[in-house]
Amino acid sequence: MIPHKKVYMYGGYNTISMGTGRKEFNPKAVRSGVEDYIKEAGQGVLKQIGGAKNVDEGVIGNFMAARFNNQANLPGFLPMIDEGLSMKYGTSVEGACGSGGLALQSGIRNVLAGTSEITLAVGFEVQNTYKAIYGADILAGAGWYQKRKTGHAYFFPGQFSDRAGAYFAKYGKENARKGMSRWYANAIENSRLDPTAQEYHNTNPDPYNTCLKMEPNGKAFVDNLNYLDCSKVSDGASGIAICSEEGLKRIGVAKSEAVEVLSFVHAVRDITKDPKDLTELEAIKFATNKALNELGITAKDLATIELHDCFSIAGILTLEALGLAEKGKGCDFVSEGNTARTGFIPVNTTGGLIGWGHPTGGTGVHQSVTIWQQLTGRAGNAQIKIPSDRPYGMTVNMGGDDVTISVIIFKRG
Amino acid sequence: MKYEDRLQNVTVLGAAGKMGSGILLLTAVEMADLSLQPQNKNKTFVLNAMDVSDEALFGLMGYLREQVRKIAEKKTVLLRQLYADREDLIENFQIIDEYIFRVLNIVRPTTAVEVAYRSNIIFEAIKEDPALKHKVLSGIKKNSEKNPWFFTNTSSIPITELDEAAELGGNIIGFHFYNPPAVQKLVEVIRSKHTSDDLFDFAMTYAKNLRKIVVPSNDIAGFIGNGHFMRDALYGIQQVEKLATEFGYVKALYAINKITQDYLVRPMGIFQLTDYVGIEVCQYIMAVMNPYLKDENLHSSILDKMVEQGVKGGQYSSGAQKDGFLKYEKGRPIAIWDIDNKKYINIDSFAAEVDAKLGVLPASYKPWKVVNFNRNKEALLTAFFEDLNSMKTLGATLAKDYNKRSNEIGLQLISSNVAKDNEAVNTVMLTGFYHAYGPINNYLK
Ligand SMILES: NC(=O)c1ccc[n+]([C@@H]2O[C@H](COP(=O)([O-])OP(=O)(O)OC[C@H]3O[C@@H](n4cnc5c(N)ncnc54)[C@H](O)[C@@H]3O)[C@@H](O)[C@H]2O)c1
Repeated sequence: MIPHKKVYMYGGYNTISMGTGRKEFNPKAVRSGVEDYIKEAGQGVLKQIGGAKNVDEGVIGNFMAARFNNQANLPGFLPMIDEGLSMKYGTSVEGACGSGGLALQSGIRNVLAGTSEITLAVGFEVQNTYKAIYGADILAGAGWYQKRKTGHAYFFPGQFSDRAGAYFAKYGKENARKGMSRWYANAIENSRLDPTAQEYHNTNPDPYNTCLKMEPNGKAFVDNLNYLDCSKVSDGASGIAICSEEGLKRIGVAKSEAVEVLSFVHAVRDITKDPKDLTELEAIKFATNKALNELGITAKDLATIELHDCFSIAGILTLEALGLAEKGKGCDFVSEGNTARTGFIPVNTTGGLIGWGHPTGGTGVHQSVTIWQQLTGRAGNAQIKIPSDRPYGMTVNMGGDDVTISVIIFKRG
Repeated sequence: MKYEDRLQNVTVLGAAGKMGSGILLLTAVEMADLSLQPQNKNKTFVLNAMDVSDEALFGLMGYLREQVRKIAEKKTVLLRQLYADREDLIENFQIIDEYIFRVLNIVRPTTAVEVAYRSNIIFEAIKEDPALKHKVLSGIKKNSEKNPWFFTNTSSIPITELDEAAELGGNIIGFHFYNPPAVQKLVEVIRSKHTSDDLFDFAMTYAKNLRKIVVPSNDIAGFIGNGHFMRDALYGIQQVEKLATEFGYVKALYAINKITQDYLVRPMGIFQLTDYVGIEVCQYIMAVMNPYLKDENLHSSILDKMVEQGVKGGQYSSGAQKDGFLKYEKGRPIAIWDIDNKKYINIDSFAAEVDAKLGVLPASYKPWKVVNFNRNKEALLTAFFEDLNSMKTLGATLAKDYNKRSNEIGLQLISSNVAKDNEAVNTVMLTGFYHAYGPINNYLK
């Protein structure tokens, strides 16, 4: 959808994505909780926009605090960020790992509806409260519960392992594994450039070969993915302000310091239906193409993409859905270096879900923060060059197995 | 009798002890897994957890529950398949809870030894006391309805002697787990002169199902593991006595503990290991082994004195280390027991002085935990020992002597026919004691 009036994002903030891999992570010690993450991300944004007095509404994106942290009624945490948000409108939205994207979609809609000139959007998840084997139960909530019984112990890795298996069968395993390993290596190399990334401390001199040589082991994990093909368990939060032109004026920020939302699409696929074709992400294909078509551009016009690589195979299938590679050629597209930071179209420039981290409900917001940083020259060591004839950035956030999809195309304001 | 039928009724004696509780855990899990197989669905499995101590049995089920959970969490993929027909069990946590219940439901804690009379298999892990073991085993043998097989965990008593003294007619095998049995991969298996092939074959299958590494030892007191460890520890004590004339006892003990940990790249120093096993246990094992050894006196008056003074090491039921030669804080040694003045002296107060006397560690030194799990372990060790070889500091000299002695002990175990070959000796020290390299090596020329 093309907004009928101008909508911007500004003032993005990411906490560290905390979990295994970070030196300071200690699973046995008392760690920061829901409150800390929401507060840090929320205040991180408020500081850049002149405080809570400028905010009309708030929205929180979160997936499963109700189980990970026994916490519901999340809107109540908005005033905890700053008492200036007390007695204002606040809501929370849930669409599994697509909750962050949904928070942005909801914020954009309110700005367009005119109920808010500035909406504070925060996405978070604190999921190291459970060991992975129990966390898998909780995350399985992103699928249809009726399918849980027949699903894998590691439910979602199981779903995407099946997709990878189908892909191997159709297009050849060896080539696919190479592309997936390059995907992992890119993620690690990019995350080393962002101090908030979960893999920031990763020093492996040869991540590509580490991944390539790690044969998937169905006895301990899943048949067609190894651990490195998967995003890790993360605690983290991200925040950003969604503003109208009026809103930007209110906080005295030049449009050029913000990113403009050119096109936004949210699409859902029936959660009770199995994917028609395991080697295709149908809803992602629909949503990304709709967003591009409405703008009259193609994926080749994008400078960079933040896409939902909860698993390496999901990253590769998304490239194919975008039309950047033909079906079955996504792995070659990656192997050839096109998605590396120096390649034709740098993807997930701060590591994506595999490298930066995947605090599930926060991911969609994190993706927009990265695009804002890249398009306005704030990405620090991770900064890529934005070609003037391809000034666009895109986010693709997915909930469940290709179920709740949020796509936004941005350009510098 | 088929493997699973034999495992339908089992008793662990000393089930609340350090070793017994681990053996109980592994056996309970093996029995539960058997019970989950479709062909065994209608069979009953019973595992008696027998111990004389009510206090110790009281904490046992809690320990089991915690440990079974860890095991279940690691094999949830398999458990989901095993419980595929249970429609009420959907999430991992439900399946794991159900499995924990299944395992615990097999176990019957009791102080009544009579339960063993109906068992096909008896695991014996009571105190290392030959007379007590004779009495308990022969009592069961006489009263049993089943002509059971005995698996003894003795660390030092020859199996043939137990067999003959308790009149077990060859229905016994040495099945020597390492501590803690749930973690340690190694099992030394020792046949008595009369052990039947059936029993031996069963023992091998059981070990395989528990995914243990089996090293067969010959039936000579101490077998391989303690055959090395006891002599190695005794040598350590002798070195302390020698060095004490110059250093004083406390500093000498600190020095030898440091030499054996750092300079020999071992997981812990020899006195920390003695504390870990228990000073009284070591004293006892030496006493049991000693009568069987010619031309050797396996005995230390320092151990006797420590035990007399009530400083015995060993572990609390929580697994925490009790104080012994060393005093521990959060598992780390902080002081040394002064045997003459009966008090602990803080390591901080003299470490720098002793370290200086020993001299610097070789430049290529890396601690055991870096070396042992390193892909380039071999190269790291070669470089380290090359450095050590060329050094003439007191520390290096003591280390070289220690290494030589350890090597001699290893070779002696082969020449005296306890171990079959170099590999048997090295495997036991690598897997049972977590050494980074075996005693029989070429690092020091
Ligand atoms: N601890 C080790 O490192 C280790 C290693 C290998 C083998 N072992 C051997 O395992 C055996 C047990 O050693 P541990 O370290 O577990 O000792 P422990 O003292 O921890 O356990 C012995 C248990 O046996 C119980 N017990 C004593 N007399 C009994 C009887 N008559 N009937 C039933 N239970 C009785 C005690 O209450 C205690 O719970 C010994 O033979 C020892 O040599 C020990």
